[in-house]
Amino acid sequence: MKHSSTQAVEKTASVPSLPGSGKSGKWRRTIVLDLLLLPAVILTLVFAYIPMSGLVIAFQDFKPWLGFAKSSWIGLEHFEYLFSTKENMQVIWNTLIIAGMKVVGGLIAPLVFALLLNEVRKAAFKRTVQTFVYLPHFLSWVILGGILIDMLSTKGLINQFLVAVFHIEPIFFLGEGNWFRFVVVVSDIWKEFGFGAIIFLASLAGINPSLYEAAEVDGANRWQQTWSITLPSLIPIMIVVGTLSLGNILNAGFDQIFNLYNALVFDKGDIIDTFVYRVGIVDGKFGFSAAVGLFKSVVGFVLIVAAYRAAYKFANYRIF
Amino acid sequence: MYHKTKSYKVFSIFNYTLLAVLSLVCLIPLIHILAVSFSGKAPANANLVGLLPVQFTIDAYSQTLANENFLRSLWVSFVRTGLGTLISMIVVICAAYPLSKENSNFKRKKVYTWFFVFTMLFNGGLIPFYILIQKLNMMNTLWVLILPGAVSVWNMILLLNFFKNVPKELEEAAFIDGAGYLRTLVSVYLPVSMPAIATISLFAMVGHWNSWFDGLIFMTDHKNYPLATFLQTIIVQQDFSKVSVRPEDLESISQRTVKAAQIFIGMAPILFVYPFLQRFFVKGIVIGAVKE
Repeated sequence: MKHSSTQAVEKTASVPSLPGSGKSGKWRRTIVLDLLLLPAVILTLVFAYIPMSGLVIAFQDFKPWLGFAKSSWIGLEHFEYLFSTKENMQVIWNTLIIAGMKVVGGLIAPLVFALLLNEVRKAAFKRTVQTFVYLPHFLSWVILGGILIDMLSTKGLINQFLVAVFHIEPIFFLGEGNWFRFVVVVSDIWKEFGFGAIIFLASLAGINPSLYEAAEVDGANRWQQTWSITLPSLIPIMIVVGTLSLGNILNAGFDQIFNLYNALVFDKGDIIDTFVYRVGIVDGKFGFSAAVGLFKSVVGFVLIVAAYRAAYKFANYRIF
Repeated sequence: MYHKTKSYKVFSIFNYTLLAVLSLVCLIPLIHILAVSFSGKAPANANLVGLLPVQFTIDAYSQTLANENFLRSLWVSFVRTGLGTLISMIVVICAAYPLSKENSNFKRKKVYTWFFVFTMLFNGGLIPFYILIQKLNMMNTLWVLILPGAVSVWNMILLLNFFKNVPKELEEAAFIDGAGYLRTLVSVYLPVSMPAIATISLFAMVGHWNSWFDGLIFMTDHKNYPLATFLQTIIVQQDFSKVSVRPEDLESISQRTVKAAQIFIGMAPILFVYPFLQRFFVKGIVIGAVKE
């Protein structure tokens, strides 16, 4: 007959669990784990789940002094209003255009940059470039907005440069709708391309070098190697990054747009998130604004779940 | 072999030049703002400053640091960043540890994981959140800047993935020596996870320092503005009504050089932690992103 403590030690060695554990003992030990999770659970319940229940006001004619219980129910009226006026549809349309351009630019720019950086043989040069291009990612849009508003003014550094080199009239970058969209997309790419390249650089480092050696023996030049080895190896990670950013197609970048726009460009620059802020917090139309937010959350949820599934299907990618 | 061909050499020259230009494009805006902040008032207002200061002076900085509104916001930001990072790290470490356990040892793990991950996928949005903060009487308190964002699910995932890679033998040895889960976390996991914890702390710090929107909507009294919110109202919205009381202050904070100095002070802590950050973050991000 085996001694019970030996049994426990054996068990520990095969499956990492606690010694001396019967079923009730194990429960008693793991309750520590529940206690460790408690603060995070409480905070998440209060600040993430309770607001979800607050979404009922999207279906109410919500009056703050009446509260959730007494405000009258109006069904889908807010949603009908959202989709029936031209101005409101323009906001959804702006969001899609700006976010769509960001998705495309945000995929191509880091990829091209990573490929070019991968050709650099001098380690010191590579490190210096990386240090500089990652930096803007860590600065907030308040800081960058302040700098860009200054540099993009009609007398700012960028217009001075354009006027001196191309002899054109100064461009009113932040006061004209189409230029505004251009600035939003380009400055977003500028801020994130370096940081976005990290994941591609990691994948590039993971490609088996013997593939390149074999190609060289066969006489392939660098361009042919890139085309036949590097790019095909990057396709899975490109699919992952692309599909996941499609899940964010309604996030056109609140921080950035809020810090760059002004009343002159509301028609082409207003996105769902800035609209929710202005209509809800500034104008106090809580119910309608919450409905717009709910619309965004639901569409976003469906898109993200679909994107994760697609990423899993096509590139075998999972977060956990 | 291809390194020696002529066309590859041409490409290399082009490539190095392009990458150098890209680096400068990321750097020039920061250098320009720094140059403006150290320039005299007149040349700055006449847009004569490029990448080097004209009529070098530190007036803008002495004026900024004499502005009590600015200093108060700076202090709010320091307190918020310090306390916020500490609380967030405690909560995230405590949660990441149980979630890094094997399913067989901690069966309820799956439920917890989905409980947290769902909040990444769906949220109530701005308006219900705003109403909640009002109902909790948290407007104008420091807690509104710290507690709602304390559970960063993203940081939790990074950390739990790191915990998963801690060799199981270490934990088993601790268990055999009679340690419980809590003791194992403190004496085994924390010491070996310092690089990951440093990375995530830096992420949390940068997040707190840069955060401005919560200050804008939840602080109705401008005295409670963190620095990022203060800069947002002054520099971006150009709304001086909420911040300044005295006319002489108004004149000085609308100056271009003073704005530049404020922007620079606003990003100085980031520039300061950046070298430390950079050592770690590449690893940190790849842990969470790429699975072999």
